[in-house]
Amino acid sequence: MLYQREVLDTPEWWRGLDEMIARERDANPGAVQTALIPVLHYVQDRFGYIPPKAVNHVAQALGVPTSYVCGVASFYSYFSMEPRGAYTVSVCQGTACFVRGAQAVLDEICRQLNVKPGETTPDMVFTVSDSARCLGACGQAPVMMIDDDVHAHVRPRDVQGILAQYTAKARHEMQLREELAEIDARSHHE
Amino acid sequence: MSDITLTINGFTVTVPEGSTIMEAADAASIHIPRLCHHPKLSIQGACRVCVVEVEGSNKLAASCCYPAEEGMSVRTNTPEILRLRRDIVELLIDNHPEDCNTCERDGNCELQRLARDMGIRERLFAGERKRYEKDTSSPALIRDPEKCVLCGRCVRICGEVQEAACLSQVHRGFSTVVMPAHDAPFAETVCIGCGQCAKVCPTAAFVEKDGTREFLRAIEDPEMIVVVQTAPAVRAAIGEEFGFEPGVAWEGKMFAALRRLGVDVVFDTQFAADLTIMEEAAEFVHRFTSGGPLPNITSCCPGWIKYAEHFHPELLPNLSTAKSPMSMQGAMIKSYWAERMDVDPARIYSVAIMPCTAKKFEAEREELGLDGLRIVDCVLTTREFAWVMKHMGIDFASLPEEEPDSPLGESTGAAAIFGATGGVTEAALRTAYHMVFGEDLPEDAIEFRQVRGLEGLRFADVPFGEATVRIALAHGLGAANEIFDRVARGEIELDFIEVMACPGGCIGGGGQPYEKEGEMPLDEERLRKRAQSLYRLDDDRKLRCSHHNPDIIRVYKEYLGEPNSHRAHELLHTYYYPRVPLGIRPQEAQV
Repeated sequence: MLYQREVLDTPEWWRGLDEMIARERDANPGAVQTALIPVLHYVQDRFGYIPPKAVNHVAQALGVPTSYVCGVASFYSYFSMEPRGAYTVSVCQGTACFVRGAQAVLDEICRQLNVKPGETTPDMVFTVSDSARCLGACGQAPVMMIDDDVHAHVRPRDVQGILAQYTAKARHEMQLREELAEIDARSHHE
Repeated sequence: MSDITLTINGFTVTVPEGSTIMEAADAASIHIPRLCHHPKLSIQGACRVCVVEVEGSNKLAASCCYPAEEGMSVRTNTPEILRLRRDIVELLIDNHPEDCNTCERDGNCELQRLARDMGIRERLFAGERKRYEKDTSSPALIRDPEKCVLCGRCVRICGEVQEAACLSQVHRGFSTVVMPAHDAPFAETVCIGCGQCAKVCPTAAFVEKDGTREFLRAIEDPEMIVVVQTAPAVRAAIGEEFGFEPGVAWEGKMFAALRRLGVDVVFDTQFAADLTIMEEAAEFVHRFTSGGPLPNITSCCPGWIKYAEHFHPELLPNLSTAKSPMSMQGAMIKSYWAERMDVDPARIYSVAIMPCTAKKFEAEREELGLDGLRIVDCVLTTREFAWVMKHMGIDFASLPEEEPDSPLGESTGAAAIFGATGGVTEAALRTAYHMVFGEDLPEDAIEFRQVRGLEGLRFADVPFGEATVRIALAHGLGAANEIFDRVARGEIELDFIEVMACPGGCIGGGGQPYEKEGEMPLDEERLRKRAQSLYRLDDDRKLRCSHHNPDIIRVYKEYLGEPNSHRAHELLHTYYYPRVPLGIRPQEAQV
């Protein structure tokens, strides 16, 4: 299975982006580069990353050289210029978690998914974060997060089971979407 | 603004308020080592090589960006500072390739000099090496991120001076790389090939694309007729590569050197500069007297032309359609001269020696070709030319003075000054005047001093009989943008704009000799001396107007007919087209 996100690339969305850019421009007269960060957030929230097409669009609309947009987007660890998986897996890199064996958990995740930290699985289901710091749940160390779900007291042998839940979720979502598309197509046909 | 007084290494110095510690030290004849700092660019404070001790502060200060204050006491060379600075430079080179012997910048690399001055004689740290592919996609320049020390000068000159903003620092920390948007190959970016990045680069992270191998092969090939032309600005700087001070244009030795390299025919781009003036002046007079399009904008500079195609498609109709002197010379060599000598143009290997890296791109433009042949087969920069001479054992200093060959070698003083900002305008005015009024300018009015100089932006109203020609001149594309903005806002009306991409004009081109030790790239004194050498050539020539060049008169009579004739248009004019990606000018200081 190859996980594909919903079609997010709609004309309405790009119009919304232009309106957003116009608002940010007006809010930051004479300082378009200040407007760049919120605009990039807006793009990343939509796609999960910042696609090249959006980089070019933002550069044009905001009047910031494309090279500078790339510079800013690549500088901040929150932004990604590569497509991300459906779920982002992060293992806490704080002291408490480290002492309680977080590295072994991260190693096991990478082994299971056959990727390195920072990479995305070829089926586009998981991205393993390379930039998690202390997640603020030291009492439950070691902690891993998958998107907004917190998994506490994780042992390496738990990893396979946890990941499997999300693989199933992704598969389910894809199936649902396929069925919906079929219903859609049939109703169009009728 | 008032003055402030401080002491540096115990010596008292008084400087204007607002000076940095580095500027104050310079004023006190104390040199603080530096790397990322450049006096013409914004302050980056990135390399930390210029750290100093300020009394009363427990931290070291980067002197390039630390303001000098009244009563301040600064130390620049205590044993501790010297040790720390040495460590900083050593950390800079610890992931740098250890290939100085085979590096193109060997002998004129600022990092190499710094390491020497810091006394780095062994490598105590051995860091991880950065591994990146070279980008050789552009005909003009090679980008080699392994040599980069992230000083950011290239990023700043590209954004702040040239307003092309092709480059940016991408990623973070150890992974930081200077690259174009999307890490695209240079050839697919807004890079205009001006080569100013290579000029300001302290190492070899940017260098010109090599043309010397092909050139050396061609001169060894008995089938090839190697015909060489040399741009005006080359003679103004070539001596510097052989230890001569700038200020003398060594054209005679240059021609002699070419013959000793085994070149078959030695022509001069200055002939085509005169030809350009005939075409461009006729075109301007026509546009000026019959309704435009005005302002008429010069088209000799290939960096500017590519910039206009990316950033100012709206201005393309205003560009002169005249080809650059290099391309006119190339076209004349492969048409007029080939016919006259009864040789197959395909056997002619046309070489242009230029102060310029963008000319390498111009030479590859398809629309400039003639019957499927390139009109310029190989472009060498001044630096490459000097290297070829050293490689082939030419003793430049003791060469005799020789003349170029006929019939495409003769030139007037008007052509010589093409190499300096303002020169094209001055040369065009001399001939345009003759075209309009049928007589020459009086002897004492032939020099248009008001268009000379090194200010980035200059304006001049030149009386032309009853009318006035309103002129603006820019060198550096940021300065050119300033002119276009003022015209667009309706603040000024202009008839003629001269644009040269490089600061100083061609004499400051991206292919000119690297600065000597103790000098910064874009050194104004050096540019001024190079310009003077060309104005001196003009002064010394008997003929100072392009239309008096006997070879020019002959080619029009024998071959071209009138300026702007059908034949002239076929051979000597071109067209321009908008390019992608569309350029976006930086609106504020870069990130």
